[in-house]
Amino acid sequence: MTPILRRLVAAATLSVTALCAQPVAAADTIKIAYIDPFSGPFASGGDEFLKIFKVLFDRINAKGGVLGKQLEIVPFDSKLQPAEALIALKSVTDQNIPFVMHCTGSNVGAALIDGVAKHNARNPDNRVIYLNCGALATELTNEKCDFWQFRFAGSVEMRAATRIRSLPKEITKVYLLNQDYLFGQSVQADTKKWLAALRPDIQIVGDELMPFGKVQDFSSYVTKIKASGAQSIVTGNYNRDLNLLIKAAVDDGLNIRFDTYLAHLIGGPTAIGATGEGRLTSIMEFSGNVPVDLKVPEAEKFVTDWREHHNTDFSTLNFMTMLDMLTQAITKAGGTDPLKVALALEGMQVKDFVGQDNTMRKDDHQLLMPYYAGVFTKDVKYDSEKTGFGWKTQYSASAADLTLPTTCKMKRPAS
Amino acid sequence: MEIFVISLLNGLVYGMLLFMLASGLTLIFSMMGVLNFAHASIYMIGAYLAFQVSRVVGFFPALIIAPLLCGAIGAAIEIWGLRKVHHNGHIAELLFTFGLVFIVQRGVQMTWGMLPMPYRVPALLDFPLFQIYGANFPAYRAFMLLISGGMLLSTWLLLKKTRVGLIIQAALTHPNMVSALGHNVPMVFTTVFAGGCLLAGLAGVIGGNYQTTEPGMAEAMGPIVFVVVVFGGLGSLAGCFIASILMGMIQTFAVVIDYSVADLLRPLGLALKADNLLMEVLTVPIARIGALLPFAMMILILLFRPRGLMGTRDT
Repeated sequence: MTPILRRLVAAATLSVTALCAQPVAAADTIKIAYIDPFSGPFASGGDEFLKIFKVLFDRINAKGGVLGKQLEIVPFDSKLQPAEALIALKSVTDQNIPFVMHCTGSNVGAALIDGVAKHNARNPDNRVIYLNCGALATELTNEKCDFWQFRFAGSVEMRAATRIRSLPKEITKVYLLNQDYLFGQSVQADTKKWLAALRPDIQIVGDELMPFGKVQDFSSYVTKIKASGAQSIVTGNYNRDLNLLIKAAVDDGLNIRFDTYLAHLIGGPTAIGATGEGRLTSIMEFSGNVPVDLKVPEAEKFVTDWREHHNTDFSTLNFMTMLDMLTQAITKAGGTDPLKVALALEGMQVKDFVGQDNTMRKDDHQLLMPYYAGVFTKDVKYDSEKTGFGWKTQYSASAADLTLPTTCKMKRPAS
Repeated sequence: MEIFVISLLNGLVYGMLLFMLASGLTLIFSMMGVLNFAHASIYMIGAYLAFQVSRVVGFFPALIIAPLLCGAIGAAIEIWGLRKVHHNGHIAELLFTFGLVFIVQRGVQMTWGMLPMPYRVPALLDFPLFQIYGANFPAYRAFMLLISGGMLLSTWLLLKKTRVGLIIQAALTHPNMVSALGHNVPMVFTTVFAGGCLLAGLAGVIGGNYQTTEPGMAEAMGPIVFVVVVFGGLGSLAGCFIASILMGMIQTFAVVIDYSVADLLRPLGLALKADNLLMEVLTVPIARIGALLPFAMMILILLFRPRGLMGTRDT
């Protein structure tokens, strides 16, 4: 063995020893896995959510953590693919992490519900709770509901109810355009359901599904929408699929409202800009102007602090509520045993950061929470993503307003 | 009728954008036998550079500077990258450009972040040029047509009417002979690669604000450009042009067709029963699967005419 080689071997041995030693040192934290896209076209979402989570985790840790332990987030890349997310879930369970958060993609969410349920049935000593913070398709807490999933974001149906209630009276013709996958289809179905229930005067002049993330040129959709005579496009599209649609409509000179579900998502306001003024609306968990309206100085200070350090908005108040509930449940359960924590979460009631009631419904594990419909305008205290335009609340629905019936028939674990 | 005319115009604009991307790729592909996976990445770099440069000196200088920078990047990739792996064969080159896609993707994300850039159409071109059946035709789309048309013409002139083009064409088919005649064939390769990247960069400059400038744009454009190149046939600029326009038209027209296969069969007396296994597939309106049609067409052409529309050799 040459001296160099010997030194290399020695170094390798040392680093292996160091690696083995690490988990022991880190054992005093409570780990929470986070599965979302960190690569591919939707990486921007995962990346920004991770930044938000880090701030929220630091906030809890600065107050002393939970049961004297610090919280630690462990990110995994889902690439927005169900198969990749299941591989990530395997790593999560291999590392004995008891909680897994996931916020993007209903198709991925459906796979995770299934994967977690199967894993927990087979490995009762290594269970995991799925904290769903953004897989929104309504069926995930209806037909597909599961004891091990808790959804901390309004279902599509809750959003649809808010969406339709907030439509102005003068609208009589709408065009529905949605992405052709689980979430878009869910938006399509629930929008129609609530239009029929609440606004029978509104006529649906177009109802269409488009390939998810595949369309490069929306001008022909705009032509079709124009020909239909619609006053408003009601759409669940987001990211590129929304930005390009609005761009094409503006280029065409189409004077129409965009009543969206997700225009406020990170990057949306920047991409849309001034073209959305006064006619773009979205359904939100929170915006910087909500604490102003509700007069909650503490929350407003959080918003201004956030704006000092970030170019993006803090709009995911439900993430904060989720972590508050989780830490309360861990405290109540006296540890991280997933079954005890899950039972503690069921039926839990908290007030969120702006003092509104939130309830984790026991029947389907859906968080009942308020929603705000906002319009994109200059007339606000806090703008969005430094565009000069921000979300002004036009309509708000409380958790009680959004307590909708569920069809969930939940199977509970025996022990 | 009005939908037809408007869709025709929109299809043409989109087709020409595709052509700007695909022409560079097909030149490189036919010349060097390298399927440059990173071509759409150069398109993305072009858009980002144009955004950055236009903030300092305005859009029109950026229209020239950004493609030139892309060309320089292309030359550097060829000289210090592709040429080194060339002697390991085509697989090595393929893997090299494939790796490049990830590096560029990550590099762009690290430099500019994950969010879309506020790269907008310049105010000078931001007005409706004319109205057609009550729909605006933006001046910027006309400008795109102008740029891509000009590019088509100049590329064609360069290849067919100049000495440089003659050497490039000769090196395409008989590299050894051209080399024996005293021409610097590696240099020709570098020029072609840089030229292809320049065209991709140009497409990025005008495509970046026509669509959105964000890290996902390369991934969105990449596959469709390959379809165009394969469909049009290797080494044929004309085939590439026809394929681009065709794909542009198909994608825009498919959207406005609300009929499904089942609707087509009905007049023939073939009413389908609801319990038919294929019912789900047959009743999907064309509009819903429009974006998949180019890929279906690529499969068909690979099966029945592997050399593509106007190609000179098999893919």
